[in-house]
Amino acid sequence: MLHQLVEILADGFVIGAIFALGAAGFTMIFGVSGVLNLAHGSIMVIAALVAWFCAEHTPLGIYGGALVGIAASVASTYLLYGLVIRPLNHSKRIADNERPVFVLTATLLVAIILQGVLDYAFGSSPITTPTLIDGVWRVAGVTIPYSQILIGVIAWLVLGALWYFVTRTRPGKAMLAASMSTTGLALVGYDIRKVQRQVWGLYGLLAGIAGVLLASFTGASSDIAISLTVNAFIIVVLGGLGNVAGSLGAAYIIGFLGTLTAYLISPAIREVPGLLALVLILYIRPQGLFGRH
Amino acid sequence: MQLKHLIHWRSTLVLLALIVLILMPLGASGYVLGVLTVAFYLAVYAMSWDLLFGYAGEVNFGPTFLVGLGAYGAGLSNSVFSIPVWPSVAIGTFLALVGGLVLAGPALRLRGPYFGLVTLVAVILLEKMIGLFSSYTGGEIGLTIMDVLTISNVGNFYYALGFMVIAAIALRTVARSSIGLILEASGQDPVATEALGFNVTKYKLFAFALSALFSGMAGALMVFYLGSASPGTVVTVFVTIQIIIATIVGGRRTILGPILGAIFLIVAGEVLRPLGQLSNAVVALIALLLLLFAPNGFAGLFARSGGRA
Repeated sequence: MLHQLVEILADGFVIGAIFALGAAGFTMIFGVSGVLNLAHGSIMVIAALVAWFCAEHTPLGIYGGALVGIAASVASTYLLYGLVIRPLNHSKRIADNERPVFVLTATLLVAIILQGVLDYAFGSSPITTPTLIDGVWRVAGVTIPYSQILIGVIAWLVLGALWYFVTRTRPGKAMLAASMSTTGLALVGYDIRKVQRQVWGLYGLLAGIAGVLLASFTGASSDIAISLTVNAFIIVVLGGLGNVAGSLGAAYIIGFLGTLTAYLISPAIREVPGLLALVLILYIRPQGLFGRH
Repeated sequence: MQLKHLIHWRSTLVLLALIVLILMPLGASGYVLGVLTVAFYLAVYAMSWDLLFGYAGEVNFGPTFLVGLGAYGAGLSNSVFSIPVWPSVAIGTFLALVGGLVLAGPALRLRGPYFGLVTLVAVILLEKMIGLFSSYTGGEIGLTIMDVLTISNVGNFYYALGFMVIAAIALRTVARSSIGLILEASGQDPVATEALGFNVTKYKLFAFALSALFSGMAGALMVFYLGSASPGTVVTVFVTIQIIIATIVGGRRTILGPILGAIFLIVAGEVLRPLGQLSNAVVALIALLLLLFAPNGFAGLFARSGGRA
């Protein structure tokens, strides 16, 4: 019983941190660009699969592969923004009130395109990248791999860096301000386009790191893209849209809920409690558990 | 004067196309008829979706929640409870109708993207349920059904065509009536519409019910055409994508456009079949390019000069 509890705690700790990373980018994009990116999971999977491919089939090794994977993710978010989101936002043939629908549909199409391409390039069978470091830690009768601890630590370091960036540095503060009011930011002399570009880049970075860590922890495949997207959405809604700190709390709730379900009932319905929580929240408290208003 | 002329010209075209379709079984092979039969059912899904998306402005990512309820409701009634075909279709349709009202709940409270994702969740939950009760539903592989509408290709073709025409007339009549206008108004500005004295809730419920009715019935009929129901044909997100693509490619807010879109999509799918797993991605890419460069679809190309006066 105790060792199961420790396992659940250890798994939930890592998975929660990875979810929080992915969701943080997802919610920033929504805050600054107003885009709910349905290709979010696909971007994470791109990073995961590219990292796996480089680690297994090139001499780069796992660390080099991870960097290439993250770079691939950043490149995809830039392309997504430059080739799809920005043109749609500026198209004169689409009425303003229909714009969000078009953007949403476009990201869904991008998700399908990426899924097809990834299936074609890497196959659809699940992959797991080699472990970051070897060795296990024995505690209370359970063995926890060092690499799992390292994944959790990396995720938390990146979250800490994100917090520092957004609250303590100039470009980070500009992004935070943009998520509150783009007009206000433009009025005080910021180039909104530049801020937008930076946010998409940062988003690619966060989603990429999350994807690579996920590939190393639970494994990844092109099939999980949609459920990763839905997962990020659940977390973001639970935490309040645009609220990065709220996402962190929500990521842990969802992470532990999923892990508990997987351990105690069945891994097959891991996501179901989260989905039900989402529906409940949307009915009862649409602004999220930690929402501002 | 010019507008009247244009409408006249377009309805002649529609009539002509219908005559060609009715005469189709005289010359076309069984394969072509089979492809078109599937296209007609997809057209009904797309038209029903257009009523919600094009008119009421609801981003419903769960059309396959309704289609799937209709299909599995009918399929399970027939295969598990041995209920005859037509009562099974009625049961499936009724289930979809209930599902439509369930979806309408969040639609009345949530706007735009929020609602879109809730509907996506509804689809994923349905998919999980089908997987969870795989001893009845056949899970991923699908449900095999004993009964069929008819074994004749031509018979199935006419069933689908007839049903599509009925759905098109019903949906177009509603969309062209004051109900369509009020739905459009409530999609653009629900508060102003309420302020003008229209009961937005009532109209939206009606739109959801009508959309669910036709998509559910189409799903149920398609099950008895295919002789099987599987997540891949009636539930998964890819089916949703096909519905969305058919509508946008054909021309949203036209009801008839989605028929063109559906036929285009199914035929393109057949042509691209040699590409294997990449074919879905290519179809999605074509749709994305259309979204970017011709957001009004085929029907938009025809109607450009006529406009919505």
